[in-house]
This record gives sequence, structure tokens and C-alpha cells, in this order.
Amino acid sequence: MSTDDTTYDAIVVGSGAGGGMATWRLAQAGLRVALVEAGPWYDPAHDSQRTQFRYPWESPRRGASTRLRPFGDFNACIGGWELDGEPFTTAEGTDFMWWRARMLGGRTNHWGRISLRFGPLDFKRRDIDGLGDNWPIGYEDVKPYYDKVDKLVGVFGTNEGLPNDPDGFFLPPPKPRLHEMYYIRGARSAGVPVFPARKSILTKRINDERGVCVYCRQCDRACSLHADFSSSTVLIYPAVASGRVDVYTNTMVRKVDTSPDGSATGVSCIDRGNRRELRINGRSVVLAASACSTARILLNSISARHGSGLGNSSGHVGRYLHDSTGASRAAFLPELMDRDVYNEDGVGGMHVYTPWWLEGANLNFARGYHLEIGGGMGMPSYGFGFAANQYKEFLGERVGGYGNGLRDDVRRFYGSRLSIACRGESVPQYGNYCELDPDVVDEWGIPVLRFDYRWTEQEINQARHMQDTMEELLEASGGILLGDKPGPERQYGLTQPGEIIHEVGTTRMGDDPATSVTNRYGQLHDAGNVFVADAGTFVSQADKNPTWTILALAWRTSDYIVEQMQQRNL
Amino acid sequence: MKMNRRETLKSLLLAPLAAGAATAGCATGAPVNWTELPREYSYGRTEAERQRDRELFAESYFSEHELVTIAVLCDIILPSDHPNGGALDAGLPDFVEFIVKDRETLKLPVRGGIAWLDSYAVAEFGADFVNIDEPQRLSICDRIAWPDVEDPVLQPGIRFFSLMRDLTLTGYYTTGQGFRDLGYQGNVANVWDGVPAEVLARHGLQYEPEWLAKCVDQSRRNIIATWDDDMNLTS
Repeated sequence: MSTDDTTYDAIVVGSGAGGGMATWRLAQAGLRVALVEAGPWYDPAHDSQRTQFRYPWESPRRGASTRLRPFGDFNACIGGWELDGEPFTTAEGTDFMWWRARMLGGRTNHWGRISLRFGPLDFKRRDIDGLGDNWPIGYEDVKPYYDKVDKLVGVFGTNEGLPNDPDGFFLPPPKPRLHEMYYIRGARSAGVPVFPARKSILTKRINDERGVCVYCRQCDRACSLHADFSSSTVLIYPAVASGRVDVYTNTMVRKVDTSPDGSATGVSCIDRGNRRELRINGRSVVLAASACSTARILLNSISARHGSGLGNSSGHVGRYLHDSTGASRAAFLPELMDRDVYNEDGVGGMHVYTPWWLEGANLNFARGYHLEIGGGMGMPSYGFGFAANQYKEFLGERVGGYGNGLRDDVRRFYGSRLSIACRGESVPQYGNYCELDPDVVDEWGIPVLRFDYRWTEQEINQARHMQDTMEELLEASGGILLGDKPGPERQYGLTQPGEIIHEVGTTRMGDDPATSVTNRYGQLHDAGNVFVADAGTFVSQADKNPTWTILALAWRTSDYIVEQMQQRNL
Repeated sequence: MKMNRRETLKSLLLAPLAAGAATAGCATGAPVNWTELPREYSYGRTEAERQRDRELFAESYFSEHELVTIAVLCDIILPSDHPNGGALDAGLPDFVEFIVKDRETLKLPVRGGIAWLDSYAVAEFGADFVNIDEPQRLSICDRIAWPDVEDPVLQPGIRFFSLMRDLTLTGYYTTGQGFRDLGYQGNVANVWDGVPAEVLARHGLQYEPEWLAKCVDQSRRNIIATWDDDMNLTS
């Protein structure tokens, strides 16, 4: 065991959205910070790590997915659904999926950059439907931080004055693509609203350090111009440049160490490179390892004072784990056959979206969902050309064949697909949780998580509604539906728990220490100098992607830490 | 006869190759030539990934006969008599060999598919697929290239041919030749400023003025963003 001589003001565990923000804000406030990341240093601008602007033939598998890059060979995320030497287990009847990143910046390197503020209703859902619990804070508490995140990080979008999809300090959005114009027309005819998307991509310069979007559609490969939000490029590099941050890469945190009085003194880690134990000392610890990994660290931090794990006197660590719901459908748009070919890469992902539009409607499920629109003339990679002329079926022509005629088919149908993906809110359940598996350790000897998670009727009914909506909108857009509509035997195409990678809620905040893990600032009820700055503190997650709220809350928690230190409470 | 063919193949494969070209042959026809693909790649890999790819390139899965059969099929599916080149110009046999090794679920369908094809060719014309003449080969392809054919005897062949068509097209359209054939113009830094007006007009669509007014003015993209207190962009 080696011990670094330094005693840091704060040790931040995890370098994703929450950890990056905490590191940036605490360093900005003058604190000495240790940032601990289980994976390597990463910068998409370095040619040795860059996957952006690669052509498919630069990969021998043409961008096909692998176990090491499940979202494709050019995807930026180092990690995936399975990690060598780091298993997790599931209870009988649970199909939980868990994506873990092992790199500086974590999962912010490849996410969709969809940046949606939670609205006022999203913090008080119990008041509306009687299910789950309210957050102890409301939109008015978080709004100042959303405002600051908008300006610091940059997000395009539009102020529409919607009641539960708040306005922001937006950069202007890009113009819609052709298939999105068909969607807009279809949605309008169906009476469903559609607006410019909201994404943390710089359509306009926000400072002299970062670049401006050059419309390559490859945000999932991480931007070498730093023109989209990744925790590393936007938060961690500037924090490191302050000289007040030491980054411990390839360092995996085993547990938080505590003194006999119960407060944290630092973290015990393992250096993954040489398998040596390492101890880092700190006056405070900020856990931002992702909701489930943070819960795992807390549960593994057992001491005489914290017999069931740190912060777990309530037994709530790992409880109320919940992920977004998801379902998707696609259609063939005959009007987009034989289209003019031009560069329409645009930004990564959609330029337009539909936020939840049925708030207050009488439905057989409680919470809403939004629609993400896909399609267009993307860059071919592995899989392009599969079932190349299957749409001929809809034209009464024969599918199959061989020879140069296939070229005409490929060109004819290129970019003629329109797809919709739904992302919805699930209802948090005490009975959906992760816990330590007493029988299994990972290769570092750290007990692993076991997941127990099932969807309820709420989510299944919501997925059914999603399917009906997608059919209606795709047809209204002029589409011929592809594939079968999934029915009850497949839970209406509902994604598996964890699959949307929006897992939140394992260390939820609350005013009552008996039913929550942290207070409204992310501070553990059981240890005043330990904080959670990832999505573990979410009481409920809304039908919004969680990143913008993680950033806002991590900034808020960091301000609270600075304030408490100034008041000598820490 | 079988021995002879393998001997021929072996000598062809051992013969000095032109730079950047791979050659294999079958007993009754001319040697099959294709563009050899690189075996070294550098595109932001981790050490674990580099190791995995080294192992894949070192692994030998297909026999020479299987590889030649793949080449002949790829060539039928996307022939080279085209200005943008065909499957062999795009190095398809090398790609198919790699991707099949990389994706375990492809191994059996391709190996078994080739064996089915040979068995069918022997029964129909008395020799393996690559050792019958071209009209005979095409007559077999005509029977298995169309998934709507219901003859139960042909179903394994139809599945296999569909798989080979998928692999051939995906392997071709992910090369420079394929990009030219498709006309793909992206993957370059540019400034997106909407669908070209004439394209919108051809589709009978137009941007809504209110929507357009909110979109980025690309002439001001490099001016640093500022806002007033009411969240209005002021730059």
C-alpha cells in the first residue's frame, strides 16, 4: 500500500458529467482536488485516440460492433455492457443491462448530447399522480444552475415557453434535414408538437478554447474540436490547467475510508496498471462514479460505524434504481426514394424532436415520454447494404437478385428511412435495486453488484402507447411501417432495464434520513463530508435525458461544499 | 480431381503476387484476382483491441477452397465490369474472411453455406461450385438469389446467398469505390445550412418562416454567444 502524502480538500471519484463538473467547480473555487478515474486519460483530439473523421475502411470490420465497442468500432466509449474481469450478477427474472465506461470523461464521450432541463412538474410527480415521491427541491432551486450550465457548456435549442420543458440560454439550432421536414409535416397533421432539438453541441462559438460544430454527425465518436459536451474536454482539461487538480487514471476505488467518528478520511484504491493498493487522503469525498457504481462503493465501505455500508443506515443505498423506458420503430418513405444526394450529415443525431405533449391526459400510465427522430443519408458502415432492396416489396417488385442492378437499388433507397425512438419516465420502485452479491468479486477483489429490477404495468402500458404513437406519426409522415408491431408478448417493445443507460436513483436525496441517502445537497445523512454528485441522488428522472440535471446538481453540490468549507463545517 | 484442384490452388497462392493483389484460382477457370486489403490499422484503438485484431489476422479459418468460393460469389453479386469497380476490386474476399472470423455467428452459416452450395453443384453438374462452368454457376444463383422462392430444397442456399449478398454489399459500400458509387459526400468538415432550396422545392416542402427565424445564422457562428437576462441571444 502506498499513500500519497497530499491531503486533498476533495477527492472526486469518477470523471463523467457529475465528477467533471465537481472537479471543475471545486478547483475553480481554489480547492485542491484529486480526480480518480478507473480508466485511461482520453482526448479525442489526440490522433492515437481519435475515431472522428475516420472512413469505414480505416477499420478492418468497417465500424461493426465488438464486445469491446458495443456501439460500433468508431464509437468513442471505452467500456461497454461487459467488462473483462468486472462482472455483475442479476436476480432470477431480471434482465438488467449495465453500461460502464472506463475512460476520462466516462459516458459523456459518446452520449447523444440531448440536453433537457427537468421541468417544474418533474420534481413533484407524487403531487400529480400519487406515485413515487417528490424531490425535496423544486425547479426554482435548480434553475440558476441550469442557467449557468447552459452558458458554460453550451446547448442549442429554442425558447418555446412550454410549461414543463423550460426555456434556457440556448445557442441557435441547425435547420432540419429533409426526412425531418417530412416528420414535421406529419406531426403537424397529427396534432403533435415538434420543435428544434436541444443538444449540447456548439452551433456557435462560446469561448476561444473550444471549436464550433463542423457538422460531421459523429458526436458519438467524441469531438476532436471539443465542439460538443464531453466532461473531459469541457470541464476536466480546464480544471487540470488550473494546477489544483491531480488526476489518478486507471485507478479503481475500492471503498471510502472513515474514521471512528464516521467521517471520511479518504479512499482506498487499486492501481489497475500495477495492481498495487493506493490510499488517497482527503477532507471530503465526492462520489460521481455513476448511480450504480457509487452505490457499490458505498455498500463496500463497511466499518464499525457504518455496518451496512457508508450512508446506508436507512437501507436505501441501491434502492429506487430506475432507468428510462424506450421503444422504437421505423418506416420506409417512398417520397424519399431516388433522392438527390448531398452532404446532410448535420450534427450528431436529430435536429428536431417532440417533447411530451399529453400532460394531464387521461391515460392508463402515469408518466410521459418524448420522441427522438432518426433517418437521413448517413455515412455507410458495417450493416449498410443489408437487405438492400427489401423495400421493393412495397413497390410490388421482386426482392433479391445479384449483379449491377443491386447498385441501382442501393442508390434508390439510400436515405429513405425514417425512425422514431421514444424515451420515457418510469416510476421509481423500492423493489427495484442493486445490492452486493456476497458470492462474487471482480478481479480486484471488490464485491460486485447484483441487480433485481422488473418493469411494472406503468411502463408496459406506456410502451404500448409509444407503439401506437410511432405508427400514427410514421404513417402521417408518409411512411410505410417496417417490421412487426410488438405486442404484449414482448412488452410492446419496451427496452430492458438499464438499456437506455439513464440509470438513476440509487442514493436518492430527501429530507428524511429514514427514507433517503443524501440531503437536498447530495450530502450523505450519515457522513457530513461525503457527497454524491451523479444521478444517484435523483428521486425521479422525468422523461428527460439526465445529463443536464446531473451537471446542474453537481454544480449545486459543489457550491454547497465550498460554502460549508468556508463556514468551517467541513 | 480434388487433389489436382488443391495442388493448383496451392501453386497459385504460392506464386509471387503483384503488389496489392491477391490471387487464387479454380481448376477450370482463370485465377481469381482481388485487391488485397491492408492488415495493419490505426484508428484510436486500445491495447486490448490491437491485440484482438492481431489475433484475428493471425487466425486461419477458411480453407483456400472456401476463400475462392467466396471470391467467386462476391464477383457474381457485384461484378467488376463497372466504372466504380466491383467486389473483387474492393477486396471483398479479404473483408469477408476478416468479418467472419470477427463475428462468431457468421462462421457456421458461411462455412455451411459453401458446403451446401458445393453439394448442390455436385448433384446438379457433377463438380464443386467453383469447378463448374459459368453458365452453370449462374443457373444455380438464379435459383437461390430470390427469397420468395418456396422450394424447400433450396432454402439453405437462399439463406446463404442472401447472407453473401449482405456481406458483399456492406463490404463494397464501406470502401472508397462504394462511396463513389453511392455519391456519399459527408464525413468532412462543413457548415450545414439546411436542405438545398431546389431539393425542398422538388419535394413540395418549405421551411416555416417562424422555425427558420430561430435557426443558426451561419455567418455569425464564430461570434461568441452572449445573451440578455431574458435568455435572448444577443450576438
